[in-house]
Formats: sequence, C-alpha cells, structure tokens
Amino acid sequence: MTADPRGVLTGPHFIDGDHACSEGAIAAGCRFVAGYPITPSTEVVERIALRFPFVGGVFIQMEDEIASSIAIQGAVWGGKKAMTVTSGPGFSLMMEHIGYAAMTEAPCVFVDVQRAGPSTGLPTQPAQGDMMQARWGSHGDYGIIALSPNSPQESFDLTIRAFNLAEQYRTPVLLMLDECVGHMTERVLIPPADRIEITERRLYRGPKDDFLLYKPDEDLVPSMVSAGDGYRIHVTGLTHDERGYPAMTAGAQDKKVRRLVEKIRRNSPDIVDFREEGTEGAEVIVVSYGITSRTAIPAIQMARREGIRVGHLRLVVVWPFPEERIRELARKVTSIVVPELNLGQMSLEVERCSGGAARVVQVGHAGGGVHNPHDIYVAIKKSLR
Amino acid sequence: MGQDVVDAALEQMECVYARPDTLTDTRFHYCPGCGHSVVHRVIMEVVQEAGIREQTIGVAPVGCSVFAYNYMDVDMQEAAHGRASAVATGIKRVLPDRFVFSYQGDGDLAAIGTAETIHTCNRGENILMVFVNNAIYGMTGGQMAPTTLLGMKTSTSPAGRTVETAGFPLKITEMVAMLPGTYYVTRQSVHTPNAVRQLKKAITKSFQYQKERKGTCFIEVVSNCPSGWKMTPVQSNAWLVENMFPLYPPGDIKAPK
Repeated sequence: MTADPRGVLTGPHFIDGDHACSEGAIAAGCRFVAGYPITPSTEVVERIALRFPFVGGVFIQMEDEIASSIAIQGAVWGGKKAMTVTSGPGFSLMMEHIGYAAMTEAPCVFVDVQRAGPSTGLPTQPAQGDMMQARWGSHGDYGIIALSPNSPQESFDLTIRAFNLAEQYRTPVLLMLDECVGHMTERVLIPPADRIEITERRLYRGPKDDFLLYKPDEDLVPSMVSAGDGYRIHVTGLTHDERGYPAMTAGAQDKKVRRLVEKIRRNSPDIVDFREEGTEGAEVIVVSYGITSRTAIPAIQMARREGIRVGHLRLVVVWPFPEERIRELARKVTSIVVPELNLGQMSLEVERCSGGAARVVQVGHAGGGVHNPHDIYVAIKKSLR
Repeated sequence: MGQDVVDAALEQMECVYARPDTLTDTRFHYCPGCGHSVVHRVIMEVVQEAGIREQTIGVAPVGCSVFAYNYMDVDMQEAAHGRASAVATGIKRVLPDRFVFSYQGDGDLAAIGTAETIHTCNRGENILMVFVNNAIYGMTGGQMAPTTLLGMKTSTSPAGRTVETAGFPLKITEMVAMLPGTYYVTRQSVHTPNAVRQLKKAITKSFQYQKERKGTCFIEVVSNCPSGWKMTPVQSNAWLVENMFPLYPPGDIKAPK
C-alpha cells in the first residue's frame, strides 16, 4: 500500500530534521500525536500542530510526558497510527509506557531528540547518551527497534520506516535523533505519495468468535483489531494469555516474554539496516551512527591519505544490533573504532560481538558538541599500534 | 561631569533604595519587561528585611527561572521539571525550622507538576509556593500552557487556543484554595509599583505564617512574557490588565481572618 496523497508534501524542501520527522509521520499515516514541549524536540510537535488540521489528525499538548506516552496507547487501540515526541528528561519519564507498548504489542512510535544529560543537562546541545536507555530503559525483558537518522532526509525516511516496522511487528519503535540532526537544515526531497510504501495494520478479519488478540502468526506477530470493532478485546499490561486476559503464572510469563524478545530477534535479518563503505579488505573499521557518522568521514579520509585501509560501517537501525556482520568483520580487521557522543554505549555492543577478535576502541565524548574529526583520526591510528 | 564629582555627590546622599545583599550582582538575563526579575527581587528583599537569609532555602524550577540561582544568593536547589514542591517538601520535613519556598512557572506548576502541586497543598506543607503565571512556555519558545487564554495564539495552538482541542485555562490557584491544607492563597501581580508593594506584603505575610506553621502559602503572580506574547513590555502590561485579569483577578482567594 502507498501513502495517502493528502498528507504528502511532494517536492524539495529546505527544512530541519525535526520538521522532516513531522512530515515523515504525516506521510506514514500518523494521525494522532500527543506531546509536551521540550527542547530540542519541540519543533516536531509545533509543525504537527500546524499541519494536522489539514490532514484530519488529532494533536494534543498534554500536561507531561507520562500522559503523552500513554495517551498514544489509547489512540493506537482506537485504530490510529500514533506517535509521541520528546527529549532527555521527557524520554526518561516515558520509560514505563515503552514497556506498556511492548507488553500490549501496540504499534506506535516514540521520537527522542537526544540532548546532553543526565538530568536537565544541556537542553540545547547534542548527545547520544540515550542509546542503552532505548534498549533497556523500561523494566523487564522485551525486544525493541530503534533507528538513528544522520540527516533531515533520513529523518523523513526513517520516520516512515519506524511506523512501518511498528505495524509489521506490533511493537513500539524508537526514532533516536540527536540535537544536531534535529536542528540541522538541509534539502529534503519528499517523493510522490505513490512512491512511499506504507505498512498497514495487521488487522484480523475473521469470525469474531475465533479471534485471539495475542495468537501469533508464523513470524511470532499476532494480528490485531481495534477497540470498538465488536471483538470485545481486553488489553492489559499484566502478563496475559492469547485471549489477552491476565494469566499470572510463571508459565504464561515465559511464553509471553519469550515471544516478545524472539519476535524481534528472529526477524532481525529483515529489520537491521547498516551502510558499509570501504570495509572490504580494511584493517580498521569505524562503526558510527547519527551525527557521529558525519564527523567520522573527515577522520577516515585523513587516515586513508596516510595509506591506512579504513572501512566505515554506519548503523541506520541501532536496535536490533547487526551482531552477525560485526562478528564477521571483527575476524577480518585489527581494530574497530567507535566514536559516539557518550562515554561507552554502542561500543560495548561492538565489543560483545567482536568477542575479542578485534581490538575495540571507543572515542568518547560527553556531549554538548560533536567530535573534532582529528580525535577520531588519532584513535584510528592508535588502534593499529 | 567626572566620575569623581558623581562619587562625591553620592557620598553626601542618604541611601534609600538599594539592591538587597540577597541578590547577587549579576545582571538579570530575562527579556526586557519580563516580570521574573521583579518577583526574584521582591522575594529577596523580604528575605533580607526579615533577616532570614541563612535560614532560607529556595527551590528553582525548570523553565525561564531555572537560572534563579544566578540571582538569589541563598541556598537553592533546582528540581526536575514540575517537582519543585515535592523537593521543597523533602527539605522542609527534615529542616522544619528553616524557611522554604518554591518558585515555578505555569507549565512547571500547573501542567507537569499538577500532582505535586495538589498533594503538597493537600498535605498542608509549611512552605511558600510562588507561582508565576504568564500563560505561556517562555523558555522553550512560546508554546501553549495550561493557563493560556482561549483564543490566544502560541506555537502549539497556531490558530488560537480552543476548548475543543485544549480545554479551558486552568485556574489552579482557585483549586488549591479549596484544599484544607492551604492557609493563605492569593493572586498578585507586578505590573505597577503598587502591585509590587502588594506582592511584597503577601510574601512577608507568607513567611510569617510559615514561621507559625500554619500550612501552605500559595502566591500566584500574574505576569507577562513580552517575547512569547510578541509585544513590547508596555503593550504586554496593558494586555495583561485587559485580558489576564478578567480570568485571573488579583486579590486574596483564601486569607486568614
């Protein structure tokens, strides 16, 4: 299925990553947004507030991020595609409802425009310090999908993909921008609506008596209906059986949670997305994501001018992590350099996957700015010694 | 006229009005005409005059006045967004003989902090809550606040606030006045010198009530946001009188007899 042309502003635009995210959401069919003003993500909801009246969407400015992130859960079960948008402290407040969405298998999108933390931190400055929070932030076990755009264009494209993945796997999807990508203004080309692929909700259309809200298909993902469709569904954050009713036993817990983890794990070959450049025959690989993938480029060029064979792997989908590919590359290279705007998060994942086969060097930065490419270049050189 | 002449003249004059010691020498960063700096000053004047500087602890919010610590030269703790009155509760319960005040804007106190506001007042915590209401989120650039007036245009209500999408302006001060835990609830402003004097009296009384352990004192200050309202300071004060006062009328809402 393709996008509803009424929501698609086809043509070239000169907009920032936040506004591109709003347009991506509208193009993807999002018609419910609940949010709370917080720098540097506010521009997303400001554009939604302006644009939604023209596409029949509902925007509500809620009293806080707790209410925002649970209001979208109501809208999802009411049959809409829904999103909430935040940053830093607001993302921390939303953690319970990421778990709620994972447990109830509610397709929805959480946008986090990362700023420097912890706590209030540096509200107007970039960081990539929420990457592990994205993976593990809510209590309990669950699988999660998180994407990391590195440009306004990709902010548009990946917002659409976030909605598509959410519907395909009935899961919350996190779009992890950083302040730089959110506030950088570049050319964004919005394609014609009939060129934008949209994944619709996996709606069950069979007889009402046979329907089970949490009976998985072969890909471990169950089909869904909406409240008000006459199926008398029951949605709960308590551990539940296939009917959706509380089942408070270790057996039911094992069955439910194992599937929540497995449905992402087993489908990860279809979900993971990364871009490689010059990795064939490389002696050192730079693994990067978001804005850091752009500060890494001059560093890689500097090293190559000195004859160092440097490859670049950029994570587009951060969670699930491309474990297989990192494992493979680790066996072929001497070292892997991971620049990121935190003091050791995705580098730990690279280290885990390389399993000691390659030396993993993190180029840490506490946020509040971006790397000087020279620091990454020095790390590349040192990693080979 | 040389500086030495000015200095000599100053020496012969009596000082009748000075910046209180409880304010740092830092120049206020607030936008021209903003009420925050006046409210900051009045609170600090009262602290100075009451001689309670070393016994006073303030809790600053998230929002424009997150920088209150730059000016208020007393012990200050910044709370997470909306949670000032809960932090103030914690301080007051372990240091019951100190003077504790919280300082919050409308988004902080009446949106994200609603639960803390209601429950602090309901417990009747012996603190002073100062609530600066300018009907907008100033720090993040002019979004709709819970107290934004109907029809008022903000960046998240671009066509003007409507009841259908955003409900009614929240009169939280009237709400907390209903709670038995509050002892003194008043609405003031800082748009004229006389209003500033009235506010100062209200703050002085509140600290006295706090000393007497009477319960929560709650002062709303109807204020302006020239930048967020996109007006000059003079226009914003006129607008405040014409538009804010009909909904948020100044005066005591709950006062001890």
